[in-house]
Amino acid sequence: MLENGGNSAERKRIIPRRVPVSRREPKERIKDFEEVVRGYTPEEAMAEADRCLQCKQPHCREGCPVGLDIPAFIALIREGRFDEAAAKVREENLLPSICGRVCPQENQCEERCTLGKKYEPVAIGRLERFLGDYELDRGKDVPEPAPPSGRRVAVVGSGPGGLTCAADLARLGHAVKLFESLHMPGGVLVYGIPEFRLPKRIVHAEIDTIHRMGVDIECNVVVGQTVTIDELFSEGFDAVFVGTGAGSPRFPGIAGQNLPGVQSANGFLTRVNLMRAYRFPEYDTPVRIGRRVVVLGGGNVAMDAARTALRLGAEEVRIVYRRSREELPARQEEVHHAEEEGVKFTFLAAPVRCLAGEDGRVGRIECQRYELGAPDASGRRRPVPIPGSEFIMEVDNVIVAIGQGPNPLIQKTTPDLEIGPKGTIVVDPVTGATSKRGVFAGGDIVVGTATVIMAMGAGRTAARAIDAYLRGEADPWANWKVKVR
Amino acid sequence: MFRILKKEVLSPSVKLLEIEAPRIAQKARAGQFLILRVNKQGERIPLTVADCNRERGSVTIVFLEVGKTTRLLGNLEQGEAIRDVVGPLGNPTEIENFGRVACVAGGVGVACIYPICRAFKEAGNEVIGIVGARTKEFLFWEDRLRAVVDELLITTDDGSYGRQGFVTDVLREVAERSSPPDRVVAVGPLPMMRAVCRVTKDYGLKTIVSLNPIMVDGIGMCGACRVTVAGQTRVACVEGPEFDGHDVDFDELAQRLRRYQDQEREALARFEAECDGRC
Ligand SMILES: Cc1cc2nc3c(=O)[nH]c(=O)nc-3n(C[C@H](O)[C@H](O)[C@H](O)COP(=O)(O)OP(=O)(O)OC[C@H]3O[C@@H](n4cnc5c(N)ncnc54)[C@H](O)[C@@H]3O)c2cc1C
Ligand SMILES: Cc1cc2nc3c(=O)[nH]c(=O)nc-3n(C[C@H](O)[C@H](O)[C@H](O)COP(=O)(O)OP(=O)(O)OC[C@H]3O[C@@H](n4cnc5c(N)ncnc54)[C@H](O)[C@@H]3O)c2cc1C
Ligand code: FES
Repeated sequence: MLENGGNSAERKRIIPRRVPVSRREPKERIKDFEEVVRGYTPEEAMAEADRCLQCKQPHCREGCPVGLDIPAFIALIREGRFDEAAAKVREENLLPSICGRVCPQENQCEERCTLGKKYEPVAIGRLERFLGDYELDRGKDVPEPAPPSGRRVAVVGSGPGGLTCAADLARLGHAVKLFESLHMPGGVLVYGIPEFRLPKRIVHAEIDTIHRMGVDIECNVVVGQTVTIDELFSEGFDAVFVGTGAGSPRFPGIAGQNLPGVQSANGFLTRVNLMRAYRFPEYDTPVRIGRRVVVLGGGNVAMDAARTALRLGAEEVRIVYRRSREELPARQEEVHHAEEEGVKFTFLAAPVRCLAGEDGRVGRIECQRYELGAPDASGRRRPVPIPGSEFIMEVDNVIVAIGQGPNPLIQKTTPDLEIGPKGTIVVDPVTGATSKRGVFAGGDIVVGTATVIMAMGAGRTAARAIDAYLRGEADPWANWKVKVR
Repeated sequence: MFRILKKEVLSPSVKLLEIEAPRIAQKARAGQFLILRVNKQGERIPLTVADCNRERGSVTIVFLEVGKTTRLLGNLEQGEAIRDVVGPLGNPTEIENFGRVACVAGGVGVACIYPICRAFKEAGNEVIGIVGARTKEFLFWEDRLRAVVDELLITTDDGSYGRQGFVTDVLREVAERSSPPDRVVAVGPLPMMRAVCRVTKDYGLKTIVSLNPIMVDGIGMCGACRVTVAGQTRVACVEGPEFDGHDVDFDELAQRLRRYQDQEREALARFEAECDGRC
């Protein structure tokens, strides 16, 4: 028997296996867009919470990018004190029902779980989701904001970074206006991550809460085009947070990449999620998917695109990734779901060119095999092409999911904003302050593509710094100096 | 919601709407466009800002009814509203005093060329307008254009008004003149822009075209609007919509425009069936 992480006084009975969570059968679920993983019931949540060893030195907490007090909320669940548990989570995480579903827990909190060294780690993500959903179901009260500060802040971009920053600032008593370029707030949570992984009603409910906290949301405003950052200051805003994300799709730079039938995963997912093309013709936006689909890439975006293609009726969906299975950057759970649903994988291969079929649309894709060589800058072994190993696959669609760059419009129209070599906005990591006075930034626009929780963390860090700046307690520009890599 | 302040029928299938959109009205410049969504189930479609009125806080769009969304839009009346309008998007036309500029437009492109002509004129250029329509019935905004150009040359396919023929016939004559234009700008249907580029290539006249690929977000996130220009992939909504016409891969663009054709037909057929021929 394992001791209590070696640092707890009393011995506790070990329960090696997690309380299983119910999932829809692969055969059933690929026919629609309903959520795949069902949540814990209160009883299941209490039973799972009971597995936690309540380590004195909780490593899980170190693994959480926002330092959530995990043992504390789990202890409250165990006692059935769900409201208090949820309040505990919200101290550090504004969007538990979202993070509980999409965070890569297996590389974060759950990876560090003491129990996980020998047995299955505590299902921290599922417990977090349980609390978030519990609150949403019961219609939660909005926290009382601090007395009005008389200061106004513009938040640009309504992804998890912008939403968190806006909510925190509103709670601190500032008047907050959130600007979003699309017709609906939520960022990747609404246009990228599919319904079957993150139901949109949950995102809408969370945004509704933020709205009720007093955050004013204006959609259809592209900052940089409709209004510039300088114009926001002249409109009377005292500070600006930029959380515009990294949604600009990269293409492989191969011949035939612009043939009809070759599309970016972001474009494909936007049609399906934001524009609801899977409900065409009830919704007007069309989407077209053929019988055989090849998805290029190995991240969450590739998995989402592949699984979406299956649900739209594709018969064979194949992910082509240039490294091996071990290096797949997608969440393990999502790779597992994709495989269960019948997505096939070709590892150690990358495209050379796309070729047109008779109708002028893409008809074939030529790929080349790779092998793993010496480690590269990321520490992963670099894939090297094998000469003469080219092979051809017949396809009806190619979906490109090889990464996204920062959204460019603010950088383009704000000349005094310092930009990194890859087009990201440069900030002081401690405060989120950019090189331009009064302007802060965070999330994917600063780090390139990362995670929901990282963007939330950055939004929260910036909110604290903006609050201190507006109250005259700290001036991030007194000695702003950031080394550009 | 964006209220419709005025509606006009310009020609059998071309309509004008003046929409209340103060933010866009403040900022829009010649060559820029907006994206709108008529209703909750609607698709996002791009349309050029044909005019704007800063005092009234309004923008004007002129569109040809080709499919379901433009038909829905055409059915809206003054006082009704459009759910979402975002803009101005894309880069404005590069306006400088080039000397003599020929502005060529076909069909509904006449509305798009109007603000461009006006901007060139204000910058001190001599502006030659060359516009083409199928028949006299399809021609609109003649007097508006006349007010902002030095010379207006009109063609109709059937000769029912102006010269019979295509804009390219007239353009060729203008190019042959002793003092040819220093720059050509063309806006209109793809085949027309391509034909213009063929002519101007012969005469070595720099030609700017305003491309109209399929778009969704309009801020560079979907990649639907990518076009090949001088062998490079360019994102038309952010880097365009105007490019050097001699570098554009028109074949590819034409093919890409057809990629949802079946669904577009289906949507239109259903729409027509639902409204039982009343719209
Ligand atoms: C398909 C997909 C699946 C993913 N899966 C996961 C996952 O499972 N787990 C995980 O942790 N992460 C996942 N990610 C990554 C995660 O979604 C992002 O890291 C996160 O959303 C970044 O948040 P953000 O607030 O920085 O920006 P975003 O969520 O990108 O939001 C930015 C918002 O700003 C708006 N905007 C852009 N430019 C302007 C402008 N000029 N003016 C006004 N508004 C503007 C955009 O329209 C957008 O709404 C996934 C990403 C994708 C694309
Ligand atoms: C930057 C830009 C500016 C534009 N400005 C104008 C304008 O000022 N006035 C105007 O009438 N139109 C303009 N267009 C074209 C307009 O967006 C399309 O006509 C519209 O999207 C058609 O929508 P629909 O649902 O009515 O037709 P759909 O059912 O989508 O299409 C019907 C037919 O139109 C063709 N089509 C679809 N999309 C486009 C497109 N983007 N361009 C050309 N043909 C298309 C289809 O191939 C099909 O044959 C512009 C396009 C762009 C990209
Ligand atoms: S319209 Fe989506 S990238 Fe241009």
